[in-house]
Amino acid sequence: MSALYNRIMKKNVSPKIKERAMSHGKPFFETGNDQSGALVEGWKEIAIEKLGEIADSNRGFRLFLDSCVKCGACTDKCHYFLGTGDPLNMPVARQDLIRGVYRRYHTLSGQLFPRFVGAVDLTEELIEDWSTYLYQCSECRRCSVFCPFGIDTAEVTMAGRSILDAVGLKQKYIHAVLTNVHKIGNNLGMIGPAIADTLESLEEEVEEDTGVNVRFPLDEPNAEVLLVVPSADLYTEPHVDGLIGCAKIFHQAGIRWTMATEASEAANFGLFVGDDSHMSDIAERILTTAQNLGAGQIVIGECGHAWRVASSYWRSLFKDGMQGFEQLPEPVHICEYTHGLITEGRVRLDRTVHDSKVITFHDSCNVARGSKMGDQPRDIYRIPRELLKAACENFVDMAPDTICENTFCCGGGGGLLTDELIDVRVSGASPRVHALEQVIEKYGVTHMAAICAICKSQFRTVLPHYGLGTDMIVSLHQILGDAVVLN
Amino acid sequence: MTLELDGKMYPTDPEGFLVDPEEWSEDLARKMAEDDRCELGPDHWQAIYILREYYAQYAIAPPIRILIRHMGKKLGREKANSPYLYELFPHGPAKQACRYAGLPKPTGCI
Repeated sequence: MSALYNRIMKKNVSPKIKERAMSHGKPFFETGNDQSGALVEGWKEIAIEKLGEIADSNRGFRLFLDSCVKCGACTDKCHYFLGTGDPLNMPVARQDLIRGVYRRYHTLSGQLFPRFVGAVDLTEELIEDWSTYLYQCSECRRCSVFCPFGIDTAEVTMAGRSILDAVGLKQKYIHAVLTNVHKIGNNLGMIGPAIADTLESLEEEVEEDTGVNVRFPLDEPNAEVLLVVPSADLYTEPHVDGLIGCAKIFHQAGIRWTMATEASEAANFGLFVGDDSHMSDIAERILTTAQNLGAGQIVIGECGHAWRVASSYWRSLFKDGMQGFEQLPEPVHICEYTHGLITEGRVRLDRTVHDSKVITFHDSCNVARGSKMGDQPRDIYRIPRELLKAACENFVDMAPDTICENTFCCGGGGGLLTDELIDVRVSGASPRVHALEQVIEKYGVTHMAAICAICKSQFRTVLPHYGLGTDMIVSLHQILGDAVVLN
Repeated sequence: MTLELDGKMYPTDPEGFLVDPEEWSEDLARKMAEDDRCELGPDHWQAIYILREYYAQYAIAPPIRILIRHMGKKLGREKANSPYLYELFPHGPAKQACRYAGLPKPTGCI
């Protein structure tokens, strides 16, 4: 009902509390009957020990568990809470699922006077809540923006998920993706010949459309740019139009660029399970490929958490710093790169092609709150908007409390982009969709551009649930690509 | 979960995808479609066979643009677009067409 109320009111107000309204929103696991998950023997001891290990090794995590004063600032900031009204989706309540157990087994006060400090025993029922509500967090970190102590629920969620992994509850979707990326090299599991075939086909398609031979090079040595995109950009819509846009810009600017079979995935699902070894393996593949191909520059395509990992984690992931990779320059986001080309006048854009459009921009959470672009404060928000304004006369922003650092997650991030979680995803998208509905009503917005594969897929799936067309969601570089004057 | 056809049980995952793609038959595809109240016409079968051929070669369902291009070659340019594909398979090529074709559901940021 709260979702319906918000829908009618078309605004994001704190919903009425509905206990356990989303308790059915649980993902599939690799084990158990009908993938409901099965605990391994000795799960309790394993979970408690693992929790202790994380608290000992991750100072931030321990600080987050110790420092919450229950002020309530975060309670109405999570899109899943706003969309479901389920109090366990209040960030503080989600953290408390872990915090209570931490207090019980890893603090003196919790061992001596559990009831006075909110310490709780680890039970199967509690694990059931973990396996449900830790997968109703997209690790978007909006709550941490409003927390006076800066408590980052994403860190708590990641830690909790890695404990679930250890006790036999490996979430099916995330682990299927991780298996693909380790075995084949990308999340989708596209083998080299399929990638080559796809790029060849895109080349033909663009030539048919434009009459210009825009190349989609693969595995070419000594290129100026190695473009690493999420594999979804090769596979689905509207992502592929973003890749086409990048190719057109590179072509027109005369950049020698390439993609690589061995670096055919920008995304890094290691982030979602809170496991550094997954994260560094995936990152190392990209760095090694860039080095082997002698690429001048790694440019990361439109993928939110790929950029968060590249921009914020690469240097800390490898124990010896970037040893072996020192000669590679810092990775660059595709928006920074194309912004440079357009600012320098190396690509001309014809804005009239978009005259019938009114465009808005969805800041992807992992980009907006977990990474940087450019060298000035807030470039991360300015650069994508400047690009859109360079390509389209009519650009408007959504409400200030829903963009930039306050952006609402699309509702499908953090490993939730799987069909069995569709109720969670549709509800979680509601704050963003309400903000979108406002600008549709007020300014006649026709399209929302995004720079993340998950955001695009999520909106394409959920927008029809709100009576909006799937065509509304576009890749930022699709808008640019369509406006590039080719010759 | 299982799918029953002519007294034989075929294991599926909770979303109805065949666990063993080798067990696929046209009858199974028809049965899945029937359960969804969907009647398979000639264009559905073209799509299903394009998916199966591509899968046999590349071990993955084809990217949407590739599927559309192949559809265009077989069915004509006017049917080479994604709205037509969604008209055939309202739940999408990944969720519906791949299931009928006996392919595993593609997974990733899609």
